[in-house]
Amino acid sequence: MSHATLTDKRPGSLRGATLPKWFPWAVAAGSIALGIGISAAAGLRSSIQWGLIAAVLFVLGTYGIAGRVEGRRQAKDRVVTSLVWVAFLLAVIPLASLVYETVKRGVKVLDGYFLTHSMGVVADKDPGGGIYHAILGTLQQVGIATVIAVPIGVLTAIYLVEYGRGKLAKAVTFFVDVMTGIPSIVAGLFVLSTWILILGMGASGFAGALALTILMLPVVVRSTEEMLKLVPNELREASLALGVPKWRTILKVVVPTSIGGITTGVMLAIARITGETAPLLMLVWVTDFINANPFSDAQGSLPVYIYLQYSAGGEAAYDRAWAAALTLIAFIMILNLAARGIARWKAPKTGR
Amino acid sequence: MAKRIDVSGLNAYYGSFLAIEDISMSIEPRTVTAFIGPSGCGKSTFLRTLNRMHEVTPGGRVEGKVMLGDENLYGAGIDPVSVRREVGMVFQRPNPFPTMSVYDNVAAGLKLNGNFKKSELDDIVERSLKGANLWNEVKDRLNKPGSGLSGGQQQRLCIARAIAVEPNVLLMDEPCSALDPISTLAIEDLIGELKERFTIVIVTHNMQQAARVSDRTAFFNLAAVGQPGKLIEMDETERIFSNPSVQATEDYISGRFG
Amino acid sequence: MDITTQNPTSPPASRPSEVEQKRAARAATRPGDRVFLALSRGSGVFLLVLMAAIAGFLTYRSALALSENEANFFTTFEWNPTGNPPEFGIAVLAFGTVVSSIIAMAIAVPVAVGIALFITHYAPRRLAGPIAYVIDLLAAVPSIVYGLWGVLFLVPHMQGLYGWLDDYLGWTGIFEWQGGAPRSLFTAGVVLAIMILPIITNVSREVFRQVPQMHEEAALALGATRWEVIRMAVLPYGRSGVISASMLGLGRALGETMAVAMVLSPAFTINASLLDWGGGTFAQNIAAKFSEASVMGRDALIASGLVLFVITLLVNGTARMIVARRKEFSGANA
Repeated sequence: MSHATLTDKRPGSLRGATLPKWFPWAVAAGSIALGIGISAAAGLRSSIQWGLIAAVLFVLGTYGIAGRVEGRRQAKDRVVTSLVWVAFLLAVIPLASLVYETVKRGVKVLDGYFLTHSMGVVADKDPGGGIYHAILGTLQQVGIATVIAVPIGVLTAIYLVEYGRGKLAKAVTFFVDVMTGIPSIVAGLFVLSTWILILGMGASGFAGALALTILMLPVVVRSTEEMLKLVPNELREASLALGVPKWRTILKVVVPTSIGGITTGVMLAIARITGETAPLLMLVWVTDFINANPFSDAQGSLPVYIYLQYSAGGEAAYDRAWAAALTLIAFIMILNLAARGIARWKAPKTGR
Repeated sequence: MAKRIDVSGLNAYYGSFLAIEDISMSIEPRTVTAFIGPSGCGKSTFLRTLNRMHEVTPGGRVEGKVMLGDENLYGAGIDPVSVRREVGMVFQRPNPFPTMSVYDNVAAGLKLNGNFKKSELDDIVERSLKGANLWNEVKDRLNKPGSGLSGGQQQRLCIARAIAVEPNVLLMDEPCSALDPISTLAIEDLIGELKERFTIVIVTHNMQQAARVSDRTAFFNLAAVGQPGKLIEMDETERIFSNPSVQATEDYISGRFG
Repeated sequence: MDITTQNPTSPPASRPSEVEQKRAARAATRPGDRVFLALSRGSGVFLLVLMAAIAGFLTYRSALALSENEANFFTTFEWNPTGNPPEFGIAVLAFGTVVSSIIAMAIAVPVAVGIALFITHYAPRRLAGPIAYVIDLLAAVPSIVYGLWGVLFLVPHMQGLYGWLDDYLGWTGIFEWQGGAPRSLFTAGVVLAIMILPIITNVSREVFRQVPQMHEEAALALGATRWEVIRMAVLPYGRSGVISASMLGLGRALGETMAVAMVLSPAFTINASLLDWGGGTFAQNIAAKFSEASVMGRDALIASGLVLFVITLLVNGTARMIVARRKEFSGANA
């Protein structure tokens, strides 16, 4: 009788043998010790190997001991738990190291002087100099890109959400998707061969800004579209029912309702293009001097500055590269945090 | 299979908030016990302490004793996973696994608990679906997704899934509140049949339902919002609905509040 | 989400909407409305024109270059567009791009799923929020910084691992190491993995978080362990979401320029071993060669850029299709 089979196949008691709470910690400590021991004995020097050996020992040890004491299902559960922890730690190490290295090496030369001076007369090998020209360039290029991309992007999103019907809207939607996938280097190539090669314009901050615009547009359209869709139809109808024309309804009711979300999206888009390097390298070229005119001649920018200092080589240049990287990250993080702040502050109160 | 439940001095918390206070009761094997009471009185919380599901909620914490047969569910060395295997549960909204077929849904619990031959699984799935009065409706679509069934069928599928592992106790948390009257009737009939094999505890908002399906009824109440819920009285269903010993029970049943 | 379905994008079906259309038509005769509609439609059209210009232009320049090319574009191991006759092919670049992306995916996807599960199901509640937040922010770190870190910090630290891989897996040929600087496709893949890890993690986490509580409770109530809950309720529900997250990461890895350009020591060769320097990727090659290239050289680079564009397009399209399909049977009807 199959009742019997079923009962046979499970433990009669609710009381499973359970390992104590400190069990995973003990296994972890044991395997780290053993991992270091084995590595030292075998003469391995890389800390990566030590870590890997310890991790493997940890997983095997957990499975072996738990399998013996608690049974196979519990052992599997514990192994997955430890794998998940290992995955987490594995990922934390490089990511934390990235942040740690950038901060540690970046603060060395990052000071008021560094932020307010250019590389003008400083030889690559010498210490000194700064990123003023690069900050200026980045602000101008990103600023120009934003000034072009935001109105076009927001208007396109308004068209798609408020007016869009039929083939044109579908085509726009599709090509916005396509545009999202353009690798930055391809956008750079496009501007290079049209603006510079065909139209005969020289390299300038503006050329770089054009490439950034191409990269920024689809992001702005997408995020604005999402935000406009969140505006309840009742609001539009309420306004239209008062006899307000559609364009005023959009400008006075729809956009203000979602302005927080739109701003957030724009700031995240700015954060994304601020770190772009390849197209700028192509289109703005490089200079160590301050060029306050984005419409002619080469200009500096933070990401390109990092690349230049790295290519120059030498401790002094590396220090400057790290400091610029720290500045760039700080700038992007501030944008991100501000965007989140605005999102939280102005979040449309949807019933959730 | 069915076992008796004895609860004594049970408190349940959400974080530092005491949700139910000092509950003691006995639930006889092979009976249907209904929990009734106004919203927020802690009947669902109490139900979830009976298979240690309460502690799944963030901040959920339990004090006191729940004896299932002669084991305390909250005793040292008790594995909550094994507890839940012995005490099955059916939820308010039907929740078949959306990515699994009807068959796999019923077999889901079995597959956890050991290696079954295909023929054994087939047997148990068929018996469980028959036990849930669902076999005739789904026998031709066992390999179709469980989420394609109607709401009432889905709920019976969930019951089939719960009884497939032959638990001692079956907890039902307002199992009919998301269903239409006809599906509700089908489930109520089913409860009547299932009580021959299982100890059943059902939380319901519907007093007619409690009167129809249960042998004993427990009335929960809370003094005010923010106060812990308490067990006011528990008795034969007939007594509770005809002649309760506490005024609050009578007020609730006659619709004066709640 | 009823709001979206009521959007004006949905075509009008019945009489009231006809009335509405008439009213809209009347309204559109108002000057303000006409100007505004023209502006917003104009922006959309501008976007279309821009996109068409990009695609058309890249195709045109590529065609110019390809018509001059004396070698097979897809199978040639050489990049010499300024030679006489011009000969160039993308075999090496395609190989490098695919291999470094595969390495990146092989490392990043399992780890990212692990972290996403860690945040949603394993981490102590107090930790989970901040960790998710930090990883969110890391997704915004620009690739140039990953490149800088990769070449100045990671590359020197890869020596030990390379030696180790060579010792134990060298016999496979894939992990044979001649002892050169560890600036190979393998290291490039590792840097890419670290770079796309936060992206894949964020999307996967979001998907896992959306698994309805009731499915997890159903599994718990059957007596499932935490892993069994994840296997029964979380992973099946989130599978397509994780796939599209991975595609998103893959798209980034394929098109990444600076991180690869800084870490990799390029050469126009295909090595049997992943650990030997050399090889290249589409984006890296463009960044390295555009400045010295003549018009012909640029057009050849554009041709390779077009291939990269098409590949990225296919990957993104696949991701979007998977997401769209997921919406249809997300279990929302359960």
